[in-house]
Amino acid sequence: MLKRNQLILGNKTLADITEDICKPVETLPSKGWVALFLSAKTLLIFYVIILGIIIANGMGLLGVNHPNGWGTMIITFVFWIGIGHAGTLISAILFLFRQKWRTSVARTAEAMTVFAVMTAGLFPLLHTGRPWLDFWLFPYPNQRGPLWVNFRSPLLWDVFAVSTYATVSIVFWYIGLVPDFATIKDRAKNKFRRLAYGALSLGWRGTARNWSHYEMLYLILAGLSTPLVLSVHTIVSFDFAVASLPGWHTTIFPPYFVAGAIFSGFAMVVTLMTLVRIGIPQFKDYITIDHMEVMNKIIMATGLMVGYAYASEFFIAWYSGNQYERFVFINRAFGPYGWSYWIMVTCNVIIPQLFWFKALRRSIPVMFVVSIFVNIGMWFERYVITITSLHRDFLPSNWGQYAWSFFDSAVLLGSFGMFLTLFLLYLRLFPAVSIAEVKPVLHVGRKDLEPSSGGHH
Amino acid sequence: MAKKRIGGYAGIWTDEHLVVEAARKVHSMGFSKFDAISPYPIHGMEEACGIKRSMIPYVTFGAGTFGLLGGLWFTWWTSAVNWPINVGGKPFFSLPAFIPIIFELTILFAALSSVGALFVLCKLPQVDPPVIDPDLTSHKFAIFIPENDMGYDETKLDQLFKSMGAIETKKVAEF
Repeated sequence: MLKRNQLILGNKTLADITEDICKPVETLPSKGWVALFLSAKTLLIFYVIILGIIIANGMGLLGVNHPNGWGTMIITFVFWIGIGHAGTLISAILFLFRQKWRTSVARTAEAMTVFAVMTAGLFPLLHTGRPWLDFWLFPYPNQRGPLWVNFRSPLLWDVFAVSTYATVSIVFWYIGLVPDFATIKDRAKNKFRRLAYGALSLGWRGTARNWSHYEMLYLILAGLSTPLVLSVHTIVSFDFAVASLPGWHTTIFPPYFVAGAIFSGFAMVVTLMTLVRIGIPQFKDYITIDHMEVMNKIIMATGLMVGYAYASEFFIAWYSGNQYERFVFINRAFGPYGWSYWIMVTCNVIIPQLFWFKALRRSIPVMFVVSIFVNIGMWFERYVITITSLHRDFLPSNWGQYAWSFFDSAVLLGSFGMFLTLFLLYLRLFPAVSIAEVKPVLHVGRKDLEPSSGGHH
Repeated sequence: MAKKRIGGYAGIWTDEHLVVEAARKVHSMGFSKFDAISPYPIHGMEEACGIKRSMIPYVTFGAGTFGLLGGLWFTWWTSAVNWPINVGGKPFFSLPAFIPIIFELTILFAALSSVGALFVLCKLPQVDPPVIDPDLTSHKFAIFIPENDMGYDETKLDQLFKSMGAIETKKVAEF
C-alpha cells in the first residue's frame, strides 16, 4: 500500500494549529500586506470611477457595436464565474470524495469563489446598460400586467443560476467559518474582538449534539453545491450554445465550459496560494508542496480536457459539412483575431504540459508562472468564443471588428482591484485555513498520532 | 437571555481518544442529558454519546420538494396562465426550458432551509453563552453533566472523570 505523506508538517499539536491560524487575525499587518492592500484599493477606487463613468454615459464607451453586441463585460463575467468554480470543487466535490488534503485549502478557495462571483455578478448587471432597472430581471408582481420575465430565455436561467450559486456559496462558506469564529472569540484578549467574533460565531460552543447536526448540514450543503456548481457553468454555456450562431451553437459547450472553469479556477487558487505562502510563512506547514502538486495535476488534467474540446470543435466544424460552421473555425484560427486564438492555445494547452515533470509541478516559481499563463489563456478563451463568433457571422455585409477602447482595458484591470481588495481583507480578518477541519486530519501520515485501537479512518 | 441555564459538573481532557472513552463510559452508566464539547467533530463521538442521527436531511428533502413543485407551479402559472405570451412560437408551458429555473429553486430552498434547521436544532444564534473553558474551541475536550441528570453526584463524578484521565474537573455554575 502507498504510504500517505503527512498532510500537516512540523509535528504540530492542536494548540499550535490554533495559534498558527489565528495569528494573522490577531496581529498587526505586515508592510507587505499594507503595500498590496493600498495598491489593490487604489485599483478598486479607479474601478469604481470607471464604472461610474460607464453608468453615466452608457455601454457605448466600451467596444461593443454591431455585430459585436457582447464584449468585455460578458467575457470578463464568464472569466470570473469560471474562477469561482474551483473553490466549490475543492470545498464540496472533494469533500464528497473524502479527499483529506482539501481541508487546508478549502477555506481560502471558497473565499476566492465568493469574491470571484461577486466580481463577476456586477458585469451582466452593468451590461444591461440601465443597471438601475436591473430588478426587472426578477419575477415580481408589477403594475404592467403583471408582465412576467421570459422563463424560456437562457439569460434568465443565468440570473437564477448565478444568484443561487452566490447565495449558497456564501452560506456554505459562512457555516464553515462559524466554529473558527468561536475559536477566535474564546482567544480574544480585547473586548472589541471578543464582541465582533462572538457575534459572527453565533454563540457556537461545539457540543457533540451540535457537531452532529453541523456535520450532517455540511454534508448536505456539499451534496447540494456539487450539482449546483456544475449547473452554473452549464447554464453560462447555454447563454452561448442556445443561440443559433455558428461557433456558439455546439452541444460540447456545457462540459467544455465546466472543465475550463475548473481549469482556470485551480490556476487562480495556485496563484493565490503561492502568494499566501509567502505572505503568511507559517501556512507553509498547512499548504504544503504536496497540496500544490495535487492542484497542479488537476490543472493539467482539466487543461487536457480543454485542449480536447478545442480539437473536437474543429473536427465537428469540418465533419458537419456546414460552410458557415467551417468558416467560423478557420476564421477563428487564421482570421483577424487569430492571434487571440493562438494565445489561448499556447497558454491553456501547451504551457501546462510542463507539469508532466514532477520537479516542475513541485516548483513554486514554475507553478506561479504557469498559473498566470493559464489565467491569461482562459480570459482569451472567452474572448475567442465571444468575439470571433460574433464578428463574422452569416452575411459578409454584417461583418465588423470589436472596437476595443480604453474602458475595456480599465474594466478588466479594475475588476482585479475589487477581487484583490476583498481577498486581502479576508486574509487579515478571517481564519484563512479551516481550524476545525484541519485538526481532525492532523494524524494523517504521522505514526505518533495514529489511533492505537479501534480507529477506522 | 430569558432561557434558564443549568449548572453541573465538567471534566476536561487533552486527549481525543480518552474523551471518547469517557463519553462511552458516562453514557453506559445511564446518564442521558450530558454533552461532550470539542473544538472539532470527533470521529466516533456520536456513537459514544448515543446521539441519534440528525433530522436535517428530512428538512432538506421537504424544502427541496417544495422548491421543485413551487418552481414548476410558478413557471407554469406566470407563463401559461397569468399572462401567456407567444415567444418565438414556443408552447406557453415550455417544460424543458423551465427545468433550469426549477432546478435552481430546488437547490436554493433545500440549502437555505437546511441551514435554518441547523439554527433551530442547535438553538443558534445565542448571545454570549457561558463557556466551561476557553480552550475548548482550541485544544481541550470536555464532558458536561447537568445537575438534573439521573444519578448526579459531584464526588462520584470527580472520581470517575479523574480515573478516565481528565486533567481537570470543575463545578459549572451554568452552561
